[in-house]
Amino acid sequence: MDGTNTIAIRDLGVKYRTLEALQGISLDLQPGRLTAAIGPNGAGKSTLLKAMLGLIPAIGKPVMYGDRALQEQLDRVAYVPQRTQIDWSYPATVWDVVMMGRVKKTGLFRRFSVVSHRLAKEALARVGMLELKNRPIGQLSGGQQQRVFLARSLAQEAEVFFFDEPFVGVDRKTEAILFTIFRELADAGNIVLVVNHDLGESITNFDDLILLNKELISVGQRQTVLQEENLYRAYGGRVNFFSEESVSFAA
Amino acid sequence: MLNALIEPLQYGFMQRSLIVAVIVGIICAVVGCYLMVQRLALLGDAISHSVLPGLAIAFILGANIFIGAFIAGILSTVCINIIRTRSQIKEDAAMGIVFSAFFALGITLITIVQKDNKIDLNHFLFGNILGVTLGDVRDTAIIAFLVLAIVILLYKELLFYTFDKLGAQAVGLPVNILDFSLMILIGMTIVASLKAVGVILVLSLLITPAATAYLLVTRLHQMMLLGVGFGIISSISGMYISYFYNLPSGPAIVLVATSLFILAFLFSPTQGLLTVNNQQP
Repeated sequence: MDGTNTIAIRDLGVKYRTLEALQGISLDLQPGRLTAAIGPNGAGKSTLLKAMLGLIPAIGKPVMYGDRALQEQLDRVAYVPQRTQIDWSYPATVWDVVMMGRVKKTGLFRRFSVVSHRLAKEALARVGMLELKNRPIGQLSGGQQQRVFLARSLAQEAEVFFFDEPFVGVDRKTEAILFTIFRELADAGNIVLVVNHDLGESITNFDDLILLNKELISVGQRQTVLQEENLYRAYGGRVNFFSEESVSFAA
Repeated sequence: MLNALIEPLQYGFMQRSLIVAVIVGIICAVVGCYLMVQRLALLGDAISHSVLPGLAIAFILGANIFIGAFIAGILSTVCINIIRTRSQIKEDAAMGIVFSAFFALGITLITIVQKDNKIDLNHFLFGNILGVTLGDVRDTAIIAFLVLAIVILLYKELLFYTFDKLGAQAVGLPVNILDFSLMILIGMTIVASLKAVGVILVLSLLITPAATAYLLVTRLHQMMLLGVGFGIISSISGMYISYFYNLPSGPAIVLVATSLFILAFLFSPTQGLLTVNNQQP
């Protein structure tokens, strides 16, 4: 975690058959900043994450992390997919899922090390799930499932964290834990990118925003991006968002 | 009682078929767990029907029928994937088209050659476990060794991959190799099971013990171990029932496995029909 490497995206695009899902995306992700990708449904927020990691084919220059392609350094990336894409009736416990974060580092044909066990335990404690480590994942609430996934990403010892819609269907307590840990990760010099569609008060937790709708509408500090005209361009109409100016008025 | 259990064992054919039945019960339960957790039960059915032309062609050419069946099984999954990815047709329809076509081709080929050779279509469809040779026992044991070795060596990777494909790909696991390994596991297991239960009933050995265990335990390796137990019990009791009551062996094994499933379905401590109050709290 040297906190100096930047992710550089240059002219990234994604095509599904003939459908243009994303085009001409160029931006930098800075370490130490908590960044959210926002935009309407179908804007390509999740697609952006997947394309950066090479999970779906992309066009354009390879995404760089430091002086090498990000896709060649996947062991430094923790990616948390959307919770709803997972079959939670899978026969596994909380512990099994968190240990998946150690599979790649452990290597083929090898058993999990003592260090891996310790890291998984610490990660579970950090998200407040250690006492539930033997619970089958099918018996967890949505918020608990999301925290297990967060713990899995923490156990990976990554420097780049991508979260796809982590706040969908989670309780207040989980939301608070997620934001606390996202902040801690950013403060420790990591790159943290969160796909989010909620423009309510919680948006103020983020430092930087990426506003998308098939193309890049605006990127930069939160206050710069959260402007009426930007959102109008992205959403194609008026949209309710948490405006910090009106809050200062009210106060 | 003990004598009655030992009596059949004095026949060499009974010893051989019991060994094959137990081995097949073990690997089917293990591999069936992967089919179940990935909701690919019907893929097992598709592959098992698709191996028939491979068996027939290998027989005609005088090649090893295990290898012929294996190639046909792999070929059918390739066809399914081509149809699925290169057209709007969904996977279930693609499976239906491919496996029935392969099955039809297999039946046609076997019908043509069975007149001149002393083979029986029924043995391919329903198995002929009492006719296994020492060579068959050896081949089945080799396949079982390979299957179990792959499952043990790749256990943690396959657990990750079958639970969360995208996540596994994102950390840089070799997902193509893992996917191919699963196909190999499924293909080898089905091929090894054909002598015991035939192409039509092999799905039961794959899915039923795994599903029974799934009703009782909550972790994949527990499900595999318990499934293996159910598989072994089904194979042995099925063989004895078939011996004493002069019933076909494959169906007897399948019916024992099904009975175990029904018991678990009714009495599972966590999700049994009769043990858990299903009304919403």
